[in-house]
Amino acid sequence: MKYNKNNYKKVVDEFTPKNKILKNCLMAFIFGGTICLIGEIINDSFVGWLGISDDEASPMTSVVLVGLSAVLTGLGWYDKLGKIGGAGMVVPITGFANSVVSPALEYKREGFILGTAANIFKLAGPVLLFGYFSSFIVGLLSMLFK
Amino acid sequence: MNYVMSFVIGGLICTAGQIIIDTFKKNNAYLLVLLVVTGCILGFFGVYDKLVEIGHSGATVPLLGFGNSSAKGAMEEAAGKGFMGALSGGVIRTAPGVAAALLFGYTVAVIFNPHGDK
Amino acid sequence: MKKTGKTFIIKDDVIIRDTYTIAGSKEGQGPLKGRFDMVLDDDLWEEDTWEKCELKMQKTAVENLKNKNSLINENIDLLISGDLLNQITSSSFAARELELPYIGVYGACSTMTLTMGLGALIIDGGFAENVICVTSSHFCSAERQYRLPLEMGGQRHMSAQWTVTGSAAVWLSNSGKGPKIKHVTFGKIVDLGVKDANNMGAAMAPAAYDSLSRHLQDTGIDYDLIVTGDLGKVGKSIVNKMFDEDNKSIESKYDDCGTIIFDVNKQDVHAGGSGCGCSATVFGSFLYKKLLNNEIKKLLFTSTGALHSPTATLQGESIPGIAHCLGIEV
Repeated sequence: MKYNKNNYKKVVDEFTPKNKILKNCLMAFIFGGTICLIGEIINDSFVGWLGISDDEASPMTSVVLVGLSAVLTGLGWYDKLGKIGGAGMVVPITGFANSVVSPALEYKREGFILGTAANIFKLAGPVLLFGYFSSFIVGLLSMLFK
Repeated sequence: MNYVMSFVIGGLICTAGQIIIDTFKKNNAYLLVLLVVTGCILGFFGVYDKLVEIGHSGATVPLLGFGNSSAKGAMEEAAGKGFMGALSGGVIRTAPGVAAALLFGYTVAVIFNPHGDK
Repeated sequence: MKKTGKTFIIKDDVIIRDTYTIAGSKEGQGPLKGRFDMVLDDDLWEEDTWEKCELKMQKTAVENLKNKNSLINENIDLLISGDLLNQITSSSFAARELELPYIGVYGACSTMTLTMGLGALIIDGGFAENVICVTSSHFCSAERQYRLPLEMGGQRHMSAQWTVTGSAAVWLSNSGKGPKIKHVTFGKIVDLGVKDANNMGAAMAPAAYDSLSRHLQDTGIDYDLIVTGDLGKVGKSIVNKMFDEDNKSIESKYDDCGTIIFDVNKQDVHAGGSGCGCSATVFGSFLYKKLLNNEIKKLLFTSTGALHSPTATLQGESIPGIAHCLGIEV
């Protein structure tokens, strides 16, 4: 049979294995939930030790989680956990930290400025840009509507 | 109880993320952007704060929480300082997390070496 | 004309005199364990970077091949090589050390048969007596160029393939004993619109089918074994289906290097191996030995390549495939 761009897609779909969505979702739930649980424990610890409010402890918790994630990435464990946990390791803020460290680590051989430093933002750049852009729009809208 | 809700809500948000990755087959960067923008939008409508009340860290730890903080910061600063507030509010509010990521990230990258894969 | 259809006929002798293979540790633990000439312990091999490791693999494969056969540069007319990296630096920098007249080619994962096909034509044309063809790939250097950073926590899709860390050098000569290259079919690029860089097998399968059917039609030869380079589980199934629909099933004598080099069930490689080093090391360590032992007498060996770039993929381009066939007979 003569295949062209129109009818080849069906063949591809027929033979391409599907991702194991159910298993992946279960793992994402467990891993993601665990990270959030750890975050809650850290948060409560700060509130307890320093006598501050939840709101004040929250950024501190983020900083600790980011630090842990950076170290785990450096040790080469984060990607192993990510293989199993999938989105459970990407969605929490630890995933953001991992996306900052991993290209920086990988491009180390190209020097500390144009290698490591320049690649800090390789994957994080879009996140920060769209995050700040959206918040800016939100800020403007809030001036109009509230 | 907070611990249970953190686990459950956090897990559910991650599961939603997993469904998106598996269905749309894009890489992680697209998911991260989607999360942060969605968090901002939900923050604007005040919806995300309700989720934070129920889920505690289950709602603040995911990147949606980052977007939410950003949005809230921008709205608070805009109320006080107008345009300049809107511009800087999101940045100010999320500064600790971002600075930590950059600085800890760079330090780790300098100390450790990349691993291959077995 | 030394041609039938689109297939070149090698009239005089082009003999595959010897091969030398170097494989990474994951490959060394797979089904071809014990068959490679050298297996690395890790992915750096005492070098600072993965890229330096890859060029060391090419350089060492050629040097060891020469030493094994007491060849000196005086005897060797040409070095033809290529790899996956930008500007084929692994090949150029290895060639820098080897000091031989050098032709660098880019065929992505089809490089092994591309270089051997070119070498065969040059020898049969009376321009050279001894040519060395070499290629390599390295999992880490390829992944960081084509995909995401290795330390990122994320999952690979089930259709994704694992770039082989490996290199093979092949010595072609117009004299001596060994299996002979009899026919060469250079493939044309076939692109049926697959845009998913996580499904290379599906992207390259149409090109493989096109070149294989072209070669089989031109030569009419009944091969004992037909092997493609790195279509993996997915691409292999598609090629079988295409031949089945022609009523010319090849399934009983068809295999793919991507599924030979790794155990797809036990090693976490999803759809199988890929990369220039895949077909190269499987040929050098396994298929070539089968020919030497007369286990098979006629081999149709076809490396397959995906000629895209990360930039092109981001711009929405689909992935063009190519496959080059060598008809080898004992």
